[in-house]
Amino acid sequence: MASFFNKGFGRKRESVSSERIPPGQYETRDFPVLTAGPTPRIPLTTWSFALEGLIETPIQWSWEQFNALPQQSFTNDIHCVTKWSKLDTHWEGVSIDTLLEHVNLKPEASHVMAYSYGDYTTNIPLDDLRHGKAFVGLRFEGQPLAPEHGGPARLVIPHLYFWKSAKWIKGLRFMEGDKPGFWERGGYSMYGDPWKEQRYRSDD
Amino acid sequence: MEKIQWQIARVKAIVQETPHVKTFTLHLPQWIPHLPGQHYDLRLTAEDGYQAERSYSIASPPEKTGEIDLTVELIEDGEVSSYLHEGIEPGDPLEVRGPIGGYFVWKDNMANEPLLLIAGGSGVVPLMAMLRHRAKIGAANPTTLLFSVRTADDAIYRDELEQLAKQDSQFELILTFTRKAPPGWTGYQRRVDQAMLTDVLKRFASHPNGFVCGPTLLVEQVANTLSDLGLPSTKIRTERFGPTGT
Repeated sequence: MASFFNKGFGRKRESVSSERIPPGQYETRDFPVLTAGPTPRIPLTTWSFALEGLIETPIQWSWEQFNALPQQSFTNDIHCVTKWSKLDTHWEGVSIDTLLEHVNLKPEASHVMAYSYGDYTTNIPLDDLRHGKAFVGLRFEGQPLAPEHGGPARLVIPHLYFWKSAKWIKGLRFMEGDKPGFWERGGYSMYGDPWKEQRYRSDD
Repeated sequence: MEKIQWQIARVKAIVQETPHVKTFTLHLPQWIPHLPGQHYDLRLTAEDGYQAERSYSIASPPEKTGEIDLTVELIEDGEVSSYLHEGIEPGDPLEVRGPIGGYFVWKDNMANEPLLLIAGGSGVVPLMAMLRHRAKIGAANPTTLLFSVRTADDAIYRDELEQLAKQDSQFELILTFTRKAPPGWTGYQRRVDQAMLTDVLKRFASHPNGFVCGPTLLVEQVANTLSDLGLPSTKIRTERFGPTGT
């Protein structure tokens, strides 16, 4: 029994999948949109994606080149820090492991700053992007990813709160040590593990 | 950094703002001054330990010390909002933590710059904290609130906003009714669109700081249109508000 409880309050939504919903989250069936400002328009003719920073030779792909990379399907649960979780989302895209096959990382590279069109940034430990844990999503539920959801391409890191899954991704910068990105500078968690409810910096 | 701790607040007063919106004044044992635009997390716990958490914007200015006003819209099937609306009375305890959020905030260094606030429905709540704070510090920056509501019944804080507009020549309130305007209404009666935003932007001599809050569709369209109309995207802060909807 809880030490503090609200009299008369009880579960209203029957969730068959509560073990998949992290603490403080609720399940939603739709796909809410959350951004800090306007949606950038990114023509595919000028779109590019780069790996840079602590790698031997930086690399950049055009939209055509990027789409020619081996793609995979992914099914994941996603968890937004604003408390909604969405189960069994279907994506197609390019695994970060596939991208990393094209570069040699310097040994001191430990973290990544993902950066986006529209100047959004977010920081992630390198290990959280590898070994099948993250990808660049190009299609969502069988359709090209809509601009308001981060299209043409967004980073997807399902095991962290969804603000780490940077919309309108433009590249990854490999860094030695960790540095806060956009929301992290604004007081959000440096890591963002939904299962530990690391919402704010003070939860780290 | 010290963890933003949960604390047990007491409900001091409840005001029915509109048929679907109530404001809860909470007395906080550990009150911290907030920035207008910030929110609190609120957590309900059932006797069996089940918990549900939501974020609610602060409506009161930081000048109202020791307590906060949270304005909550009743969401159909809303697990938390329906309990707050139906199960909570003055004197009841509520668990909250905050203040939270550092981006969608009106900071004092913006007090000399023009300000454009655009709200849809209950998206007006964090903007109200900005307007109340602005009035308290006596800021004289040109400020416009464009407030889109369905009907006159849905216009949260309407009396206070009209009063503010009367008292302050630098503050202008523009209402638009999207479903049904009150009798005799001569103002806007449609959704916020490009023509309306063009007209609103014309009133400013220089780029205002823009804050847009409301349902997803409104926020997306307004932010993108403001950007098309030449307001730099760094000047446009957005926050989605209310139910996730479908």
